[in-house]
Amino acid sequence: MSTLQRLTARLSEILDQDSVITDPVRLRTYDCDGLTYHRATPGVVVLAESAEQIAAVVRLCDEYGVPFVARGSGTGLSGGALPRTDGVLIVTSRMRRILEIDIPNRRAVVEPGVTNLAITEAVRDQGHYYAPDPSSQQICSIGGNVAENSGGAHCLKYGFTVNHVVGVELVTPQGEIVELSDRDPGYDLLGAFIGSEGTLGIATKITVRLSRTPEAVTTVLAAFTGIEGGGRAVSAIIGAGIVPAAIEMMDALAIEAAEAAVHCGYPEGAGAVLVVELDGPHAEVDHQFAAVERICRETGAFEIRVAASAEERAAIWKGRKSAFAAVGRISPAYIVQDGVVPRTALPEVLAGIDRLQEEFGIRVANVFHAGDGNLHPLVLFDDAVPGQGERAETVSGRILDLCIEHGGSITGEHGVGVDKSRYMPRMFSEEDLDTMQLVRCAFDPKGLSNPGKVFPTPRLCGEVPGVRRGVHPLVESGAAEQF
Amino acid sequence: MDPELIKDCVHCGFCLPTCPTYVLWGEEMDSPRGRIQLMDQHVHGTPVTDEMAGHLDACLGCMACVTACPSGVRYDRLIEQTRAVVEEEHTRTPEERAVRAMVFALFPYRRRLRAMRLPMALSKRLQPLLERANPTLGAMAELAPPAARPVRLPPVVRARRRRRATVGLLTGCVQGEFFPQVNAATARVLALEGCDVVIPPRQGCCGALSLHSGREAEAKRFAMRTIATFERAGVDTVVVNAAGCGSSMKDYAEVLKDEPGWSGRADALAVRDLAEFLVELGPVAERHPLPVSVAYHDACHLAHAQGVRSQPRELLGGIPGLDLREIAESAICCGSAGTYNLFQPVAARELGDRKAERVLATGADLLVSANPGCTMQIAAATRRAGKGEIRVAHTAEVLDAALRGLSPQTLGWVTEDAG
Repeated sequence: MSTLQRLTARLSEILDQDSVITDPVRLRTYDCDGLTYHRATPGVVVLAESAEQIAAVVRLCDEYGVPFVARGSGTGLSGGALPRTDGVLIVTSRMRRILEIDIPNRRAVVEPGVTNLAITEAVRDQGHYYAPDPSSQQICSIGGNVAENSGGAHCLKYGFTVNHVVGVELVTPQGEIVELSDRDPGYDLLGAFIGSEGTLGIATKITVRLSRTPEAVTTVLAAFTGIEGGGRAVSAIIGAGIVPAAIEMMDALAIEAAEAAVHCGYPEGAGAVLVVELDGPHAEVDHQFAAVERICRETGAFEIRVAASAEERAAIWKGRKSAFAAVGRISPAYIVQDGVVPRTALPEVLAGIDRLQEEFGIRVANVFHAGDGNLHPLVLFDDAVPGQGERAETVSGRILDLCIEHGGSITGEHGVGVDKSRYMPRMFSEEDLDTMQLVRCAFDPKGLSNPGKVFPTPRLCGEVPGVRRGVHPLVESGAAEQF
Repeated sequence: MDPELIKDCVHCGFCLPTCPTYVLWGEEMDSPRGRIQLMDQHVHGTPVTDEMAGHLDACLGCMACVTACPSGVRYDRLIEQTRAVVEEEHTRTPEERAVRAMVFALFPYRRRLRAMRLPMALSKRLQPLLERANPTLGAMAELAPPAARPVRLPPVVRARRRRRATVGLLTGCVQGEFFPQVNAATARVLALEGCDVVIPPRQGCCGALSLHSGREAEAKRFAMRTIATFERAGVDTVVVNAAGCGSSMKDYAEVLKDEPGWSGRADALAVRDLAEFLVELGPVAERHPLPVSVAYHDACHLAHAQGVRSQPRELLGGIPGLDLREIAESAICCGSAGTYNLFQPVAARELGDRKAERVLATGADLLVSANPGCTMQIAAATRRAGKGEIRVAHTAEVLDAALRGLSPQTLGWVTEDAG
């Protein structure tokens, strides 16, 4: 009997029979998240319903030295929830209760499986919302948002998940239930936990900050003949000291896909569209709108539309928010890339992507959070054509090189996961990575919590690949101390 | 199962929040994305295991995922193909087989349904006993509406005022037997709006139940017969007032694509849902005030399968004095789903309870839906909830009352009385 089988046999002490999945056909349905390029059938799946259950399962993993991976809705785009064939996949999709709504203090306490949008829906009537809005907000879970420090179109003005989560209850990799709060004195452990991609533990209860629904919202759709005009408009808007709630750009190919999927009716002949959303008090929004409209005209917009109603605003956003999945309509397969560049470098990087398209004969659709320079190139390919997948992979990697060359980053909001761990050394020195590993090992000395993600090789937390047991080498040599 | 259709799924998960079984159980294999993964496993050689069949059977076929999918995955086609494969390759237990045989020998046949009406009404009292014997029998007893007075429809109802169209009316099996007053109302509304309404007396089942349950050969037989019936009737358009029937009739060309000659005949048959047709035609008859509050329920086979959402709301909203209310989570199925509440009574009941709670929360006087299955399901669920009553009616009945200047009190049957 393998270690995993022995552990599985003991899961019945903790969970109902229908909360433990061992049937191979069922297990296969959990073999990937939103990134289908990487697949691994989990050893066993656990559908947890409480923090206590998760803690008990994790304690078993700790006891047997079996790795575990947390998964929410399985919509991540970096393979952060890619299961381990030799491990336990702990799924939080049944933990979807909103436990508390405290409008006077602008707080809500939710379980990790609650979807991002469900929070907003629960408080909308009371004039509030939850600000971070990943494009998958109707399904992505708040636990996953915490793990990935998810962003979204409106993060330009309002910040990422880390700015909107004020407390987390988590199960540590040893199976202890602990609470972290932004009010804790000392090191910002909450800050370290958010965005740790499941390597420091599993969030089981999340306290989020609620925001007041803005008094006025104006959404502008500006169409340009090409991407350059849009890029100039973005720089000019930010340069004018305006911080819109969002500035999003889509190129011709992305527009084509969105039109095919949701018939968003963007202006015909547009080589690029810019979606600019302004929110705040009426006077401020009106003033900013006049400036944005002027700037768009000056930078060459040939059509400007303003959403007059919530429905019209939703129609504009629908095209943008469905863009990733919509690309499925124009290409059999694609890679969603996520990189960041300084806004000023946008034109050069886009020109570089154009050159890559020509060099490799691979199409790239561009969708981006232009305001903060967060690119989402969608690298299109046909997996039925031999070699195209590999070429697309190469293009995708080269785009990240471009981002790094221009002083940017290999991920803006999708996380490193399994997909980008190999690019980490291009951005960080060995010392940088070792230091990060120390943080990880402080939480997870045995390296059981989502191993194989974020870091290119398990360099420190086990000098050889695999699960490390025992004292960390750096600690042993006296070079570091573990708390 | 067409591998090309399977490949369209990019695993984004946008379908999950709209899937009733995912909403209930929160597990991947009971979501559209997970079921497509199961289909993929089968295409790659995994046999239909009991587990696989269980998850595929648990799909309601509500098609909410088709509406939600940004990649345009044809899950409707996929699940239909898959059901046929499951029927062929999966061996059901003797009890399951017997119950299925009974349902498919009964519901598509109006005369047999008629013979069953009295026993079914009586069976209400025996419901707990039947429930213990077999959950499907228990569900049938619980769902059966009060026996309606039979309504004999003439073969042709002439247009009042100038004739604008000649239409055929599909009377449906369950609609025709349990809700004959809906067909009568439909014919009157169409006539008042200027249509000659042809009602072929010996029309059979349209094949919806068979098609949505993977009984391909039976579905084809019913489809051909229905096409031939309405061809003989010489009508411009066939108007359907039951959402499930309308959606399967709109799929005839696909169902019969391998039958020489039939695909073209299917294409030539114009099929419209009643609400869709009336909005296209435009109103001419006067609407009298109808002071009533209405919660409108989107039948999945109308909203998701046929994309008919705005038309019924437009028709109801156009009636002076009528207060139209939205039901929260309107995109989630009520659990009726054709034969689903008979074969999967536990899940169906949970979904029904969820829907009833939201329907009652609107505080409306009347629940309006355009599918007999939904009507029976939600009525049974509100009865179980025991919190206040709500009367139920079809869109056609509400329009009929407005056109004829009837009082809202004449509308609908009260769910409390049904017991």
